[in-house]
Amino acid sequence: MMSDPAVYGPIAGILAMALATYFTRVIGFWLMGHVPVTVRVRRMLETLPGAIVVAIVVPLTAKAGAAGVIAVGVTVVAMVLRRNEFLAVALGLTAISLARAYGI
Amino acid sequence: MLCDTGKSMTTQPHTSAPAPYWTWGGLSEGAWRSAPLIPGTIVFSMVFGTIAAQKGLTLTDTVLMNAIVFAGSAQLVAIEVWKNPLTLGAVLSLATITAIVNARFILMGASLRPWLGQLPTWQAYLALLQNVDANWIVASRYRGEGGGDVSIYLGSGLALWVIWVTSVIPGYLLGAFIKDPARFGFDMMLPIFFSAMLVQMWRGSRRAIGWGIAGVVALAASYLIAGYWFVVIGAVVGSIVGGFIDDE
Repeated sequence: MMSDPAVYGPIAGILAMALATYFTRVIGFWLMGHVPVTVRVRRMLETLPGAIVVAIVVPLTAKAGAAGVIAVGVTVVAMVLRRNEFLAVALGLTAISLARAYGI
Repeated sequence: MLCDTGKSMTTQPHTSAPAPYWTWGGLSEGAWRSAPLIPGTIVFSMVFGTIAAQKGLTLTDTVLMNAIVFAGSAQLVAIEVWKNPLTLGAVLSLATITAIVNARFILMGASLRPWLGQLPTWQAYLALLQNVDANWIVASRYRGEGGGDVSIYLGSGLALWVIWVTSVIPGYLLGAFIKDPARFGFDMMLPIFFSAMLVQMWRGSRRAIGWGIAGVVALAASYLIAGYWFVVIGAVVGSIVGGFIDDE
């Protein structure tokens, strides 16, 4: 293998990251334009948004331990009862701050 | 179980939901809908600015990265392998790491196809270039309620973009201004906001079965596989299962 004497400035790194990000932003949309939307595919697409949300929330909450579970629990209950996301998020953040302050 | 058989929205969202359109008012409406995430975004951006300063990026490069990459988690992970100067290998690994952490955007883009696919192609791709978690969830929830105004999606993304690009400056300059964001739960901002959104996205048990499986699979994957693959694995498995569960 040849050694790689070339070095690049920070702009090259930033552009590489930007292009990689744009690729992920458009490729799923593009692919779905080339898949026949059968009943199964349509149902998968209907399930997908919630599935992404749950697949992010559950592991991150578990990783945050009991305080995380309490915070998400408080958020969900507040949301079910009051349907106000400002209130639910504020209560969730308050819950996790308190839980951590008390060493949970 | 609780099947919303009375709602035609549940079974035919993409045929009964209105075609996509744009309004000026939708931009501010979208910004307002993403407002609960603004405090968390400010803190996240400031923390990133602090780390970027420690890694030797200039302020200009840091602002540029926030402006054109606009993907917090990926930037935070990629900055860990940042070097000065960059070799070709380092540039490629930055791109690879960024794509892996942002792999969830692939699924988000796929989920927007039935809606944005009806737009002129250039409009759809332009809107997608500013996709992040927050405006995607705001838009998905809005679409789930039967909305068609794509400005909601664009407006919430642009609002967070402005916050993301400007907040990094004080973070960079002040260094360790925010010593411990976890103390106020800001590290949990995303899951907290997402769980609130999920309540609004509830549309009966058929989809919830797929969601439950997504959660279990993602949780297992997060213990078995390093990195952020758990999001993609959980969401793909959950939605495939959801696709094979028939309406009662």
